[in-house]
Amino acid sequence: MVTVLKETDAVVIGMGWTGSILSRELTKAGLHVVGLERGAMRTPREDFTIPQIRDELKYSSRHELFQDTAMETVTLRHNTRETALPIRRLGSFLPGNNVGGAGSHWNGATWRRLEADYLVRSHYTQKYGAKVIPADMTVQDFGVTFAEMEPFYDKFEKLCGISGQAGNLRGQKIAGGNVFEGPRSNPYPNKPLARNVAASLFEDACRKLGYHPFPQPSANASEAYTNPEGATMGQCVYCGFCERYGCESNAKASPNVNILPVLLPDPRFELRTHAYVKKLNYDARAKKVKSVTYIDTRSGEEYEQPAGLVILGAYVFNNTLLMLYSGIGTPYDPATGRGTVGKNYCYQYTGSGVTVFFDDKETNPFMAAGAFGSVIDDFNSDNFDHSGLGFIGGGHISAGLSNGRPIETRAVPPGTPRWGKAWKTATAKYYRRWFTVAGTACNYAYRDNYLDLDPTYKDAIGRPLLRMTFNFKENDYKIGAFLSQKSAEIARAMNPTIMTPPRYRDGDYDARPYQSTHNTGGTIMGADPRTSVVNKYLQSWDASNLFIMGASTFPQNQSYNPTGPLGALAYWSANAIVNTYLKNPGPLLHA
Amino acid sequence: MADEKIPRRDFLKTAGAGAAGAALATSAGMARAPEAAAAAAPAAQAEPEVWLALTPTEQAFVKAAVDTLIPADELTPSGSDCGLAVFIDRQLAGGFGNGARLYRSGPFLPAKPELGYQLALSPREFFRAGIVATNEWTTKTYGKEFDRLTPAQQEEAMKALESGKAQFNGGFTSAFFFDNFLQLTMEGFFADPMYGGNRDKVAWKMIGFPGLPASYREEIKTYFNKKYDKGPLSIADFS
Repeated sequence: MVTVLKETDAVVIGMGWTGSILSRELTKAGLHVVGLERGAMRTPREDFTIPQIRDELKYSSRHELFQDTAMETVTLRHNTRETALPIRRLGSFLPGNNVGGAGSHWNGATWRRLEADYLVRSHYTQKYGAKVIPADMTVQDFGVTFAEMEPFYDKFEKLCGISGQAGNLRGQKIAGGNVFEGPRSNPYPNKPLARNVAASLFEDACRKLGYHPFPQPSANASEAYTNPEGATMGQCVYCGFCERYGCESNAKASPNVNILPVLLPDPRFELRTHAYVKKLNYDARAKKVKSVTYIDTRSGEEYEQPAGLVILGAYVFNNTLLMLYSGIGTPYDPATGRGTVGKNYCYQYTGSGVTVFFDDKETNPFMAAGAFGSVIDDFNSDNFDHSGLGFIGGGHISAGLSNGRPIETRAVPPGTPRWGKAWKTATAKYYRRWFTVAGTACNYAYRDNYLDLDPTYKDAIGRPLLRMTFNFKENDYKIGAFLSQKSAEIARAMNPTIMTPPRYRDGDYDARPYQSTHNTGGTIMGADPRTSVVNKYLQSWDASNLFIMGASTFPQNQSYNPTGPLGALAYWSANAIVNTYLKNPGPLLHA
Repeated sequence: MADEKIPRRDFLKTAGAGAAGAALATSAGMARAPEAAAAAAPAAQAEPEVWLALTPTEQAFVKAAVDTLIPADELTPSGSDCGLAVFIDRQLAGGFGNGARLYRSGPFLPAKPELGYQLALSPREFFRAGIVATNEWTTKTYGKEFDRLTPAQQEEAMKALESGKAQFNGGFTSAFFFDNFLQLTMEGFFADPMYGGNRDKVAWKMIGFPGLPASYREEIKTYFNKKYDKGPLSIADFS
C-alpha cells in the first residue's frame, strides 16, 4: 500500500552538502522543495556537544555517524572473473548518514581542481600524444572548464569560510600560496590556520629542494566568520577531533552550520527525515522522473512523492544504485564498453610516503585541525613533465597528522613488536614525536573498474546491493613509487632520527584500512550521451527533470578531496536550473 | 579453567590503584573540575559485580591474554588491572558484540583477506570461538589452557597466534583471531575510561595524550615544539 502525496515543485534526495545547497538555491528561486533524508536530524547544539563528542571509541571505532552497513552496503570484487562479497563492516571508506551527511563529519580539506584536471584526455593527448593514455584507461574530459567553474568555487569557498593562502590571484602568482592553481577572482575568505612543527619542518625542507609549499586549504575556520547566508562559524580550537566527528565549536563548515540554519526555517522548504528513497519512478516516453518512492524507516510505510523537478543528491553509491534500480539510462557493460550508468568508478590512491620519528622534537599530534598542515603540488596533475615516466597524473604531498587520537593514530619505529613491553616503551617515547610525509594521488578510470547491481546480495528493503568491481592499476602503482620517493627525499631533508623505508600500496585494493571516502563516478558528466550519464549542467540525458549531484558525476578522480569540486558543481548546476531550466523546462543541451 | 582465580583479591588491588591514580591527577593541578574528577573515581572500579558476556573460562583467558599484551611495568599496571577484561566483557555484551553495523546476510563464502570480515559469527560468537580454539591449541601444545601457562609460555603462545603458526580448525586462522583480539584490546587501552578500560587514564598518561581539553587555540602557538604536560582529562572529568 503506497500513499501518494501531493505534488511538489522539487524533491531533493539526500541532505548532505549538495542536497542542502540545491534546496537553498531552489527555495530562494521561489520553488516549494521537499528534502528527503534517510537518516535522523542532527544539530550541533544537540548532537555535537562537549564532552560526549570527544569519544573516540563511539565515533571512530564504532562508526556512530556513518552509514549502517547492517542495512545497506556494497559488494566488492577485484575483477570480473571473481564473485563479489559484501563489505560487511566499513573500513576503507566511511559514507555518511543523517542530516548533513558526510559533510558533518569530514575533515574539511577544500580544493579547487587545476585547469588541466577538467581536460584529462584532451590535455595529455595534445601534450604527449594519444599513446600516453593506455588503451583500457577510459578517462574523459568533464565537459566544463576551470574558467566556467571559478565563480562557483568562489561561492562555495565563501559559504564555507575557507582558510587558505591564494597562489594565483587574477593571474598574479603569490609565493606562499599554491602557484599551480588556476587564476582565482578572490583570496580565500579566511587566513591560513596556525602552523605546527610538522608543517614547519616540511616547508623548510621543500623550499631547500626548490618546491612550492603552501598551507592546506581548509574548511576549519581560522577566525570567527559569517558567511553570505548569514550563518556564523566559530574559530577552530585545534582539538584534533574533526573527521568522524561533528564540531562543537561550529568551526568546521558543514550543511548543519553553514546552510541549514537559514534553510530549515524557510516555509518553502519541508525536511522529512527517516525518508529512505527506494526508487525513482521513470516515465520513459516523457523522458522524465514523475515521482520518487520512499519508505518511512520508523514505520515501514511507503510513500510516493510526485515532483516537477528531482535532485538526486545522495552519496556516490546510492546515486548510482537508484539510477540502475529505477531503470534510467543504460547500464554500463565492460565487455562492450557500451552503456553509461556505473561507468568510470574511481577511488583515491593514498599513502605513498614515509613515517618520520624525531627524538628531539615535540610534534603534539593532538593539537590539530582536520585539514591542516602544509602541501606541495609540484608533482600533481601535469604540473611536472611526464615525458618518459610511464604514467599520467600525480598527487599532492603533505606532512603532518590531522589528529592524535590514540586508538587510531600511533606509530612506533620499524621493527618494534605490536604488543608487550617493547611496544609500550616505544609507544610512550614516540607517540608525541612522529608524523607522516606522504602523497595522495589521482585514480584514473579503467574499462573494467565499474559499478552494477549485485546478482546475490540484497539490502534491508530487498533491493540488490551495488556491486563494485575495482582494483588499482599500473598507473597507480607507478605514481605510488614516484611519490613515495619524492616524499622520502623531502623527509630526509628534515633530518629525522628514524625514517621508514618509502612505501606505497602495491597490492590489490584492500577494503579494510581507512584510505579515504573519495569514491567517485557511476553517473559521470560529459559532453556526449553515449559516454556520460549527465550533461555539463548535471542534467540527466535520459530524464530532463532529473539533476544528479556530487562526486558520482566525476569522470575520474584527481588527487584532491572531492568536496570543493562537488560544492562548486552544485552551485554551477543550481545556477543553470534557476536561470535557464525553470524558464523553459526541458533538455538544456541536445545531443 | 578459572577456578583458581581470586577475583576479590584483584578487586582490592585495583581499587587501591584507582584511588592513588585519582589523587595523583588532582595533585597534578587539574583545577578545572576537581569535583568532577573525584566523582569520576567510582567509575574506575575493578571487576564488575557480574560479568555481562564472558563465561568463567573466557574471563580467565581474557585476563591472561590482556596481561600478556599489556604487561605490568613502570609505565602502566597490567592489562587486566587497567580494566581491559571489563572493557572486553562490556563490548561483547553490547551492540558491537552482537553485530551492530555488521552486514550479516548470506551466503557466507571464503574470501581474500582484502575483502574483510566474512564470517557468519557476531563478534561475541567470534571471540568465543577463538578462545575455544586457542585453549585447544595450547592444551595440545603445552598440556594446559592459556591462562594456566607460565608468563613465558603465554608470550610464546601469543607469538604463535600472531604469526598464524598456531593451527586453528574452524573457519579462521589464529592470526586473524589475534589481530581482532589485539584491536579490541588496544581500543580498551586507549578509549575513554568510562568504557571500563584505560582505568585512571593510565594509557593516556603513558603516552602524553591530554584527553579532551576544550581548546588549543593559544596552545597551538605557545606549545610549538614544547612538551604539553597538562591533563589528561576524560569525559567524566567534564561531565
